[in-house]
Amino acid sequence: MLEVTLFYLASAVALVATILAMTRANAIHALIYLIVSLLAVAVIFFIIGAPFAAALEIVIYAGAIMVLFVFVIMMLNLGEEGDARERQWLQPRIWSGPAALSLVLLGELLYLMSTITGPASIGVVSAKTVGMALFGPYVLAVELASMLLLAGLVGSYHLGRRALEREG
Amino acid sequence: MFDWGPILLALAILVGGVAGAAVLTWWERRLLGFWQDRHGPNRIGPWGIGQVAADMIKLLLKDDWVPPFADRMVFIFAPTAIVVAMMMGFAVVPFAPGMQIIDVNIGLLFFLGMTSLAVYSVLLGGLASNNKYALLGGLRSASQMVSYEVFMGLSLMGVVMMSGSFSLVDIVAAQRDVWFCFSQALGLLVFVVAGIAESHRLPFDLPEAEHELTAGFHTEYGGMKFAMFMLGEYLGLMLISCMIVTLFFGGWMGPAAIAHWLPPLVWFGIKVCFVINFFVLLRAAIPRPRYDQLMSLGWKVMLPITLVNLVVTGGILLWLEEAV
Repeated sequence: MLEVTLFYLASAVALVATILAMTRANAIHALIYLIVSLLAVAVIFFIIGAPFAAALEIVIYAGAIMVLFVFVIMMLNLGEEGDARERQWLQPRIWSGPAALSLVLLGELLYLMSTITGPASIGVVSAKTVGMALFGPYVLAVELASMLLLAGLVGSYHLGRRALEREG
Repeated sequence: MFDWGPILLALAILVGGVAGAAVLTWWERRLLGFWQDRHGPNRIGPWGIGQVAADMIKLLLKDDWVPPFADRMVFIFAPTAIVVAMMMGFAVVPFAPGMQIIDVNIGLLFFLGMTSLAVYSVLLGGLASNNKYALLGGLRSASQMVSYEVFMGLSLMGVVMMSGSFSLVDIVAAQRDVWFCFSQALGLLVFVVAGIAESHRLPFDLPEAEHELTAGFHTEYGGMKFAMFMLGEYLGLMLISCMIVTLFFGGWMGPAAIAHWLPPLVWFGIKVCFVINFFVLLRAAIPRPRYDQLMSLGWKVMLPITLVNLVVTGGILLWLEEAV
């Protein structure tokens, strides 16, 4: 019972934080709500028995990727004009189209989920199980992801190096 | 029957953490004075310990001011983030057998997550102040802490491999015969350096380097908000020291021959005090590097060391497994 209450509480926090993240005009405020939303999702992962995924959600998404987002916002230094532009983009005629289409998808999702029966959780998935799965049946996916990351690394090195050469 | 143990321990950590941070401000300055051949705070009370109370009264009575050009909500939120994150980090530290708030099987990852969340405090504080120096400090801290987080996580993977668990209780238990500071000496070295960079203390306090950035990210902060930043920094120092002891120096276990002389909690305390004093010694002895030196030290020295450590540890473990 306690778990169910905690689950719905964390879900509510995640939903509210995500909605606020979308509707804030100030980019930094939006990012803070997004971080809260990610932390709430981590709590949900922990409750449904995936502690390793929960930890990675905090370390990687909330702790590293979002830091880089904030970093970029700091470098851009949008200020008041950025807020004004963002407010202009938040008018109904801009978001009503995508929202209507997503609503159709949401309806479909809810219908599909109502037809599924089975246990809500398959028990606790330990870090070891995740590791065995990643380097067992899914090793190809891991290798492909590492190649993708390597390509990103080489690409950013190339771009950064060109900028350095121009300066020097 | 409801188990009150963890709640009492949480309260003890809350009170002990704040009191410890307050005493550390005095202890650190006295020790620095001793090592740098000067006095340090020595006027109020015996050995100047009254300085702690004097500082607290001063900070409490200061005008709690928010600059009109700052982003008010974020400006007030920023100093709390570091204190909350560091306090949460203590939840997984095993102080003595059974004396731990939660023993989760992802304890180590939880600690890494909490230290990575502490970055926001510096980052958002620098950004919300709307001040050039604060912004520069925030930018520096972001790249410094994100970079050093990588080595911090990787340097611990050797320990995880050798103990076969992320749970801190299991890691302490795995050091029954030999502490990991011998077999994982490279990991320890990198973790100590990354720990200083993460808690942005001298010599790696570039986010607040006062001779170039006035005070960096907390330039606009005063009174209790400034005190919160300092509290967070000292909590971070204590947390990192606790983790070093837990991961590399056998946690609450004393050296095998004389372990029964003192209770486990006392052993843990003695070791943590040693590590904290070592950090103060580093502060007294090493000058602050340039910013680009810090970054290239990280990526060109620390990262290769951790990767070598990782490969060698893994190789030896596999070889030992084959041999059995």
